[in-house]
Amino acid sequence: MQVKQYFKLKENIPSRLYIGLGLFSFGALFLLWCILTYGGHVPALFLPSPTDIAQQFWLMVTEMNLFSDIVASVYRVSAGFLLASIIGVPIGLLMGSFKIAEGLVEPIVGFVRYMPASAFIPLLILWIGIGDLQKIAVIFIGTFFQQVLMVRDVTKNVSQELIDTSYTLGATQKAAFLKVVLPSALPGIMDTLRITLGWAWTYLVVAELVAASSGLGYMIMESQRFLRTAGIIVGILVIGLLGLITDSLFKAAYNKMFPWLQGGVE
Amino acid sequence: MTAIRKEYLKVIDGYSQKAEPKLKVRHVSKTFAQKGQTITALQDTTFDVREGEFVTILGPSGCGKSTILKVIAGLTEPSSGYVMLNDRRIFGPGSDRGMVFQGYTLFPWLTVEQNIGFGLQLKGMAKAERKEIIEHYLHLIGLNGFGRMYPNNLSGGMKQRVAIARALANDPEVLLMDEPFGALDAQTRTVMQELLLNVWEESKKTILFVTHDIDEAIFMGDRVYVMTARPGRLKAEIPVPIPRPREFSVKTSPLFMQLKAEILELIREESWKAASEVGSKGWSPTTA
Repeated sequence: MQVKQYFKLKENIPSRLYIGLGLFSFGALFLLWCILTYGGHVPALFLPSPTDIAQQFWLMVTEMNLFSDIVASVYRVSAGFLLASIIGVPIGLLMGSFKIAEGLVEPIVGFVRYMPASAFIPLLILWIGIGDLQKIAVIFIGTFFQQVLMVRDVTKNVSQELIDTSYTLGATQKAAFLKVVLPSALPGIMDTLRITLGWAWTYLVVAELVAASSGLGYMIMESQRFLRTAGIIVGILVIGLLGLITDSLFKAAYNKMFPWLQGGVE
Repeated sequence: MTAIRKEYLKVIDGYSQKAEPKLKVRHVSKTFAQKGQTITALQDTTFDVREGEFVTILGPSGCGKSTILKVIAGLTEPSSGYVMLNDRRIFGPGSDRGMVFQGYTLFPWLTVEQNIGFGLQLKGMAKAERKEIIEHYLHLIGLNGFGRMYPNNLSGGMKQRVAIARALANDPEVLLMDEPFGALDAQTRTVMQELLLNVWEESKKTILFVTHDIDEAIFMGDRVYVMTARPGRLKAEIPVPIPRPREFSVKTSPLFMQLKAEILELIREESWKAASEVGSKGWSPTTA
């Protein structure tokens, strides 16, 4: 009878139970991993044990220069992502605000975005080699077109009533754009950036898997080449951790920038 | 018409001759093209609002009463006709015509203070001067101490009070109100009506107020324009000779009841006409 109350449709449960459930599923997964590896049910070549991975991580940090790979990858992601955002966000804003801009850009963007960024890799290697610039270009193609369309939608959804209100308060078109459309669209733009940054990481790894001499994707590829399974898993975990860190940074920035979304005072 | 009505109408007539029309709406109509058909939202509408007057427009939903306000505000182009404010023809929106909408239109990323000061800041007013005006209006709407809150923290009634303060702080020539209390519950609505009347008496603004609530139209207005739907047009002008300042209690006075009965009769007539037209179409042997 007691348990039944926790199975009500969309009903809240105590927060301690909620957190506990999360810890439980994590722990269960870890336990399963331990049983499979330490129990000898799965060969280490397929799935290394937690200690194998910890050792491999330490080895990579101390002797295999893991941090220089991390730095190389972070640099490429940041450069490609920033470049895409700096160009993509303003274009999206313009498209959402002016039909004429939408008419001009929409057909191209709508077409290109269905072309997978990874399919451009061979072409980009041909054009600009296998250096940093090529990785940055892959990330740019993978994020830019999506950003443009997502920011356009966010801008289009800005309430017309709010814009009209600003007009009746004496706003010019320019003022309405700067003081209503922009602040109104900003949370949605931040959401877009947060989502597309995740995609940027995916494209980076794809680009580094294909052709690279540094970076986390390269490190994963090398580990596979030498049957260093633990190295692959370290690479994946590191990328996951970096993603988690940037996501929490975004979350913190979001709360700091938009206190009005939660309610609260200035 | 009873003697009491006649007496008051004389007073109103005397008043109307003195005051010049501030806002003139002349032969304004609005049609939309929809799926190849032309839909008339508003048919040849002409009326005046005088300086300092509180005029209400009463009509069912979809009768085009919001369209009138949007045309006056300059947010919608009329299909024909024109609007004049202080004998100048209106083109496009401007800060001389403030507007309060039915939906909550406070800028959620600005605090209450910043919302009220929005128009003043656009005008480039200095901060100190702005602050003084903001304080005045915060006091007027009874929201002292709420200045630094964000709109998400406010109740519906409070939001509309701030929206009224924001429009008034800009010192418009006319205040246009599009069912501003339409989304509020009955209790809050009553409080807001009295509050708005107090604000009006104090600020001496000219107000054009649209509503679908008969009691509200009579209680607030110096005159009530009754509208009919499809196509929207003004059907009658009813002066409201209830003395000011008005309090909630006048809503049960004999004069109020009489005006309400009169307007109800007008609306009922119109509804029956519309219903019988639909009916005759359905039963007519020519269409069968």
